[in-house]
Amino acid sequence: MAMAPYMRRYTFRILGFGLSYVGALIGAIMVMKQPWAPTGPAAWALAVLPALPVVGMIWSIFRLIAETDDEYQRFLFVKQVLIATGLTLAIATIWGFLENFGMVQDVPAYHVTVLWFAMIGVGGSIARFRA
Amino acid sequence: MKNRLKVLRAERDWSQADLAERLQVSRQSVNAIETGKYDPSLPLAFRIAEIFGLPIEAIFSKD
Repeated sequence: MAMAPYMRRYTFRILGFGLSYVGALIGAIMVMKQPWAPTGPAAWALAVLPALPVVGMIWSIFRLIAETDDEYQRFLFVKQVLIATGLTLAIATIWGFLENFGMVQDVPAYHVTVLWFAMIGVGGSIARFRA
Repeated sequence: MKNRLKVLRAERDWSQADLAERLQVSRQSVNAIETGKYDPSLPLAFRIAEIFGLPIEAIFSKD
């Protein structure tokens, strides 16, 4: 069966943001290594630049839910994202307390987003198991 | 909710994929409705009724 239009748009968005992310990250790192690297607000803007395509990927997932015109598929996507969000919050909370008690090391905050994307994958398998 | 989708499809010799195409949904969605795993919204139930040329209550019934 051909890919549904909402799925095609989602795939293009994820690919576009994925490529933008790689470009922005490499670009930002290269600029920051230069002797003329910006400071102050420009440095802040440059540091935020690679985060924007990632925000775009999060947006794409919510657009997918909004654009899915097959209500059962939309129900499964909503279930998938809720499972992923719940698992991510649970793991982040447990990790946070382990950090507080000195059991594990601190991790950058954006690891939560990486975890969420991984949990989207896990959530998909759970939501679609015998669906 | 119970439904007569399987019987109605068989009477017309339609596969789940045929019905899915007419409804503009995935075959998986038709299967979920048919097996009672998912209850369709009113708009989708009306579309199903329209395709079979029957009133909704002739297709879906309370348990």
